[in-house]
Amino acid sequence: MIESIRGRSLLTLGDLDRQAILEVLDTAESFVEVNRRSIKKVPALKGRVVASLFFEESTRTRLSFETAAKRLSADVLSLAVASSSVKKGESLRDTIATIDALGIDAVVLRHRSSGAAVQVDRYVPHVRVINAGDGLHQHPTQGLLDAFTIRQVLAERAGTTGVESAGELFAGLRILIVGDIRHSRVARSDIDAYVALGATVRVAAPGPLLPEGVEEWPVEVVADFDEALQWADVVGLLRLQAERGSGSFVPTLDEFTRTFGLDERRAALLSPRCLIMHPGPMNRGVEIASRVADSAASVVERQVANGVPIRMAVLYLTVAGSSEGIRA
Amino acid sequence: MVGPSASAVADVLVVDGVISEVAERVDAPAGARVIDASGCWVGPGLVDLHTHLREPGREAAEDIESGARAAMVGGYTAIVAMPNTEPALDTVALVAYVLDRGAGTPIDVAVAGAITQGRRGELLAPMAEMAALGVRLFTDDGVGVQNPSLMRRALAYAKPLGVRLAQHCEDELLANGGTMNEGVLSGRLGLIGRPALAEELMVIRDLELARLTGASVHFMHLSTARSVALVASARAQGLPVSCEVAPHHLTLDEGACEGFDPLFKVHPPLRSSEDVAGLRRALCDGSIDAVATDHAPHPPESKDLVFDEAPPGMLGLEHAASLTYEALGGDSADPHRFFGVLSRGPSRVAQLRSSDDRVRLSAHGGDVTVGEDANLVVFDPAQRWTVDRERLQSKANNTPYDGRAMLGRVRTTVAKGRAVLVEGELS
Repeated sequence: MIESIRGRSLLTLGDLDRQAILEVLDTAESFVEVNRRSIKKVPALKGRVVASLFFEESTRTRLSFETAAKRLSADVLSLAVASSSVKKGESLRDTIATIDALGIDAVVLRHRSSGAAVQVDRYVPHVRVINAGDGLHQHPTQGLLDAFTIRQVLAERAGTTGVESAGELFAGLRILIVGDIRHSRVARSDIDAYVALGATVRVAAPGPLLPEGVEEWPVEVVADFDEALQWADVVGLLRLQAERGSGSFVPTLDEFTRTFGLDERRAALLSPRCLIMHPGPMNRGVEIASRVADSAASVVERQVANGVPIRMAVLYLTVAGSSEGIRA
Repeated sequence: MVGPSASAVADVLVVDGVISEVAERVDAPAGARVIDASGCWVGPGLVDLHTHLREPGREAAEDIESGARAAMVGGYTAIVAMPNTEPALDTVALVAYVLDRGAGTPIDVAVAGAITQGRRGELLAPMAEMAALGVRLFTDDGVGVQNPSLMRRALAYAKPLGVRLAQHCEDELLANGGTMNEGVLSGRLGLIGRPALAEELMVIRDLELARLTGASVHFMHLSTARSVALVASARAQGLPVSCEVAPHHLTLDEGACEGFDPLFKVHPPLRSSEDVAGLRRALCDGSIDAVATDHAPHPPESKDLVFDEAPPGMLGLEHAASLTYEALGGDSADPHRFFGVLSRGPSRVAQLRSSDDRVRLSAHGGDVTVGEDANLVVFDPAQRWTVDRERLQSKANNTPYDGRAMLGRVRTTVAKGRAVLVEGELS
């Protein structure tokens, strides 16, 4: 297990230990303060070049990463490689080599294919690769910002700070993840982070939307959704990935909503202090009712806001975290 | 000197393409080329039931000439060209083209014809015409014949022709576009899985269709222990069925996919370590007729794609003998079994045991005895070597074994009486 992401690529949360995750959360805490200043900029990555390479459309993740890089004073190369310009079949290796030739310190990579970031990391071992979501595999910064958001809210309630609480607030914390687990890279990263931090994780989904081999995962598959809602301290909802064909894994969207949607009746079963999370973009009226999404229990906007400090922390630790091995 | 069924320390004399003398000591006639094979296994030349030569259509990856060179390095004296070329080998003209080009190489190149036109799985290809040209094996390899009704019809058509259908067993609907073995690892990696059951269901279906029609079926590149057990049990009941496994399924498991390296992507996929162990046991106990390479060259750029877009398949010809030796237990490998699965078994399946003048093919897979066609290989069971993807004879370099230490190597290959590989060098 990796104890720190300093000077390394961030491809998955699956091989990070508790210490490595807490280091990112604590580092992000210091950047929250930067984001509250009138001049939201520190010189940590001055002179560094971060390439933002999104092979799959994503407005919020891309904006969040680019904002984070700019607030660290890095130069950002934002490359238009949406599906229109990179034809299917073009070599990923060639695209990366071209960008590498421009002189970069880090690549933030989003790709529709699982493992793309792992492959790119092999192609350019001297460049830090930050996985911004690869297929169904991992979305590490989302997992980190979700853990960060939970810690932040719980610390506030406890009258302490995230850094002081370290990971203690996660001990025995009951987290329920609901919906399209099979097709969700967010679920995979969330589970890795929560379990490493000591939480108890349950998952609830229609049978076909559970991943193969889930019985070997460090989670419990929920038999009674209503009971699990009463049990949970945190409920994390997932977007039904219609673009990945999830629609054909359940009979109808309506039936999915009736059986696994967080509607108002089910929201009433939640403990009053339960947090409701969603990585966005939400399908209102499908996995979550609109009123529930906008209720006081929802921390969806905090998740978005925390994206910037978490990505600042990840860029800072991976790129500036080690002086050797990074090109001058 | 080792055959599939006999062994002795002996000298072997070859004259005019035929073994003319085998004795404890043979004096070389004047002018004869003498090859020292002390300490080695000298046996019948290897026969590959499953070679993708890519010609016609994708010569950038391989052609018949380069594929034959790779075969000779691997100890093969006969290979069966798969029909999934572009266009597919589904007519007499295309089969004749490959046979002609094959006849221009030092080894025997047999052809497997397509079962269906264009390998589209819709209409039967003209199998009788191709059979008249000497084609003995038919397959839509790359995919299996999905439609059970069509497969039944194909078997009924093939039976009186005396030819055998070879099936790539994967139910594509159940395989669901997957890219690696389905299991805990595929779930964790976020790769769509091809379940073992996708293969086993089609094995079960085609065993029953063989029972129904009485036609023989050859099951290609079986990858699960259960598939092999199903075929072995059906054969014990008297069904005319045979099966092959590929060297990679005997030596690599699904864990190789963890780094998302497309070199390890293949259909059927690398399976669990339990399946690898089960296939090895079956190989040693005689349940498997042949080790067949599924040699699948791809140009380097195609393996530089992301895992789910890269084409499946890996090279096999140049290291299959060493990998088979390893799977049979290395130092403790049974040489009769080695030549059984690499030469005699595949010769029987491809009906290459006797020569066939129509297709200008010699006989393969016999013991090293007087009168047999001189297709021979010298395998040194003690030689250690390391695979180097930059030093392959194949045009492609998509081997998953680059840098792997191997034990046992083909030193010399004699094809139709001619020493085509001597001490590892093509001549």
